Formats: sequence, C-alpha cells, structure tokens
Amino acid sequence: MNRKLKNTIASKLMLLATISSTSLVFIMAFVLYRKSVKIFSNRSLIDLLLKSSWAPTKGDFGFYPFITSTVLVTGLAMSLSIPLCLLTAIYLSEYAPSKVRGIIKPILDLLSGIPSVVFGLWGVSFVVPIIRDYISQFVGVTTTGYCLLSGGIVLALMVFPIIISVSDEVLRSVPFEVREASFSLGATKWQTVKYAVIRRALPGIIAAIILGFSRAFGETMAVLMVVGNVAKVPSSLFDPAYPLPSLIANNYGEMMSIPLYDSAIMFAALLLMLVISFFSIIARIIQLKIERRSL
Amino acid sequence: MNKGKLEESFFLGLMLFSILIVVGSLFAIFTVVILRGLPALSISMITQTPKGGYYLGKEGGILNAIVGSLFLAGGSTLLAILVSLPIALYIHEYLGRARIANFIRLSLDVLWGIPSIVYGAFSFTIMVSLRMRASLLWGIITVTLFLIPIMTRAMDEVFKMVPQKVKEASYALGSTRLETVAKIVTRQALPGIVTAVLLSFGRAIGDAASVLLTAGYTDSIPRSLFDPVATLPLAVFFQLGTPYPEVQQRAYASGFLLLILVMFFSIASRISAKKFMKYTIT
Repeated sequence: MNRKLKNTIASKLMLLATISSTSLVFIMAFVLYRKSVKIFSNRSLIDLLLKSSWAPTKGDFGFYPFITSTVLVTGLAMSLSIPLCLLTAIYLSEYAPSKVRGIIKPILDLLSGIPSVVFGLWGVSFVVPIIRDYISQFVGVTTTGYCLLSGGIVLALMVFPIIISVSDEVLRSVPFEVREASFSLGATKWQTVKYAVIRRALPGIIAAIILGFSRAFGETMAVLMVVGNVAKVPSSLFDPAYPLPSLIANNYGEMMSIPLYDSAIMFAALLLMLVISFFSIIARIIQLKIERRSL
Repeated sequence: MNKGKLEESFFLGLMLFSILIVVGSLFAIFTVVILRGLPALSISMITQTPKGGYYLGKEGGILNAIVGSLFLAGGSTLLAILVSLPIALYIHEYLGRARIANFIRLSLDVLWGIPSIVYGAFSFTIMVSLRMRASLLWGIITVTLFLIPIMTRAMDEVFKMVPQKVKEASYALGSTRLETVAKIVTRQALPGIVTAVLLSFGRAIGDAASVLLTAGYTDSIPRSLFDPVATLPLAVFFQLGTPYPEVQQRAYASGFLLLILVMFFSIASRISAKKFMKYTIT
C-alpha cells in the first residue's frame, strides 16, 4: 500500500478515536438524563433535591439525606486533609533536603496506588473500632463506629496523594527569582514562603484542592464500607450517613423491580456527574490561566 | 528569640507533624492489612475456587476472583491502549497548538474526574437496554471507558517530553507523519508509555465500583466473554459483608493479595520504565 494512503487512513482513524472519546462526556450525560427523566414526570426538581423522605416502594424519592451526606462527608474529609496536605507540600518543596524528598515522594506514589477497598478494610478494622470504643467515650456518645466521622477520615487519607503531589508541583514551578527577590529584601525563609511563594502558587493550590474534592465526592467503595448507610440526615459526626455513590452501589440489584427506582438511581448518577464535571472545568480553567501567565 | 523566628519554628513543627501523619497513615494501612491478612492466608485460598458453603466459613479459595481480576484488567488495559495511544498521538502530533486540542483535553479532564460508579451506572444502562446480562465482556467495556481518560492523559504528558529535534530529523528524511509517529515518537516515548500502561492496569485491578454493576459475580472461573466474572476487590467486599468471623478473616487475606498485586505492578512500572530507556536517544 502507498505510504501516503496509509498516512491518510491512519490520521482519519485517529480522528475517529479522538472524536468518539471526546463525545463520551456528552453521550454519558445524555443517556443518564434520558433514564432519569421519568422521575420528573410528577415531581419538581426542587422536591427531589429538598425532600427528605426516601421510600421507593411508596414512590417517595427525596434526595436531601443523600445530598447532605455526600456534602458533609466530603467537606469533613477536605477540612481534615487540606491543612495536612498543604503543610506537607510546602515542606517537601521548600524545606526538605533532597534525600527526604526522595524517600517521601515514592511513598506518596505508593499511597495513590492503594485500591479503595483496601482503604475500606483499614477503615473497618482500625478507624471504626477506635471511634466506637475510644473517641465516642471521650465525647460521651454511643455509636456503632460506622458513621460520618469514619467516612471523613478514610476519605481524607484517600485524597492525600493527589492534593500533595499537585500542590508540590505547583509550588516548585514558582520561579526561583520570586524567592530571591524576597530574600534580597531581608525576608526570612518562612516570610518568603508565606508572602511570596504561596501567593504566587495560590491558583494552582486551589486547582489541587478542587481535584482532591472531585476524587472525594465520587469515591464509592471505601466510604460505603464505613459510613453506615442509613437514609437519614446525619445530625452529628457520630451518626451514620448515606452518600450518593453508596446509594447507587447498594441498590442496583433491586432497582429494576420497583417502578421509577431505576430512574431515581440514574438521577443520582447524573447529579454526581454534573457536580464533578462543573468542578473539573473550573480546575482546568485555573490551570490554563497559570500556563498562560508563565509563558 | 524574636517573633518571626518563633513563628517559623512553629510552622516547621506543624509541617513535620503533617508529614508524620501522612506517612504514618500509609504505614497504618499496610500494617493492618498485613497483620490481619497474612495469618488468614493459605495455599488453598489462591489455588481453589469457592466450594459450597465457602461464605459460611467452609473450604475453598478465591482463585475465581484472582483470575477474574486479571482477565478483566488485562482485557480492558489492552483495549484502552488501542484507543488511548491514537488519541494521545493525534492531540500531540496532528493538532499541535490548535484550539480544538485544548477542548479535547478539557473533555478528557472531565472524563478523568467522573467517578467510576457513574461509569458503572452508564454501562449498566446501555447493557440493560441491549437486553444483555452482566458479564466479563461488559466488565471489560466499563473498565476500558474508565481507563481511556487516565491513560490518554498520562501518555499526553509523556509525548510532551519527546524532543522536537528528533521529530524534525525524521521529517527531514522524508517520513510521513504516520511513520514519524509510529516509528520515532512512540519508540522515544516508550518508557513513559509502559509506565502509563502499568499504572492503568493497577487502577483496573483495584477498582470495584465500576464493575459492581456490570461484571456480575460468580464462584467459577469464566469460560467465555459472556460469563459473569468475580473480581478481587468485590471478593474483599462481599466476604467482609458476611457475619462470620472466619470469612471476614479471608476478606483481609484477599485484601492483602490485592495490595500485593497492585504494589507489584506499581513497582514493575518503575523498573520497566528504566529498562525501556535503551530505545531512546537524547
């Protein structure tokens, strides 16, 4: 076969692969929307999102407990992990001797490879008993240990690697001149980090946090294993919660047998997808802005 | 000591404390899974499929899940390479700095962020509307979809590293784009591509949520693409869900196996990356 012809055919095939996977986002959104549209037939969107009664057999689909659970678990995980991750990233990029860096970076890579079920196992055998036997007594409540707090702790660990590695990269990409300028004005190392480096790296750090947030928001198995899964709005850290991904994972078996149940589950999937896509786009826009500035 | 110095050492202390927690939690995970998994591990666990009453604490093993995971991850990684490599090359060598490249990257980023359970729900919907049943085939399709953005993004990063000069040399000899891409760029980027592939394989083995809905679960090793298939993460999940302590112990043993498997591929990706360096010129 002619070389030119081969070249043309190959480029067309590549174009096809590219177009089809790019359109996957839209296909997914469309399919999930088509499946979940039935549930809107006699309920308004506001009703679905803000009602808290969940009884699929009676046709009650209030997503409020699931949405609050997702937001609370994710929020808790983020508030635990953001300070730890940022401090670690600052240490790694600004203070750590290259030897320490060389040890800790591979450890973080290892952490990012651990499957979520293993995090779940750790949660069940380590976090849950500690909360049930010690922390609950310390605070003076009774709990099974399968609660919001356990979910938040396990989830916080899962987002460590992504937030740390992205913010470390961002901090290291701050030009050395910025630090030199600050030092030449007599600033100490910490002042330089605080006033010059962090300020310069802020958008990137925000992007890192958003990436971690998206990961936490959709994480299923590990959370499912420790969070308790009771469809009620949790009123304290020691109450069980029931996030959206767990709802999908727990109910796919029976959803075909109850009317409208399948479209309710698909609505949950669509909701997850839309929220996460929104945040992914924002993170991407921030990163593009940084790239442009550094050119 | 003045206030500035005090503040600095305070924050330095906080940083060391944070690192301690981050690294310590990793060790906590390894310790717990090893301490509880290793004693429950036996030869029969990795050489036998579950016998009757296995989930009540009787004899058997999880060979079905180990083999199932390898089939599923192997098949989907191969398929994902076939799709991702052309996409990454196309974005890089054919589109270059065109605006559309950024749009494609954006949509890949969005796909990258979408949780695996949503991929599962999506594939499940398609599967049901085609009146098909949960099987190895649908498991592979689901995981492939979910791997494509991961792999393409990793390869995209790799191709950025290929020096412009090498490509120019190839074009100067009269090669077409395809020849340059297939024979020069791909070979130059081979170490990075191998890393990307092995990392994706690790993700495919470890992910449970996407196949929960589409791969089914069975006690036997699948004989064809249309049989349901068990996976190691789901074996961990289901065994932990039983009320029997002996079976729960096996969940830890299975988790230990899963961890070993994933770590093996993670380390292999590092070593092989170095090995494939011999094909590159700098």
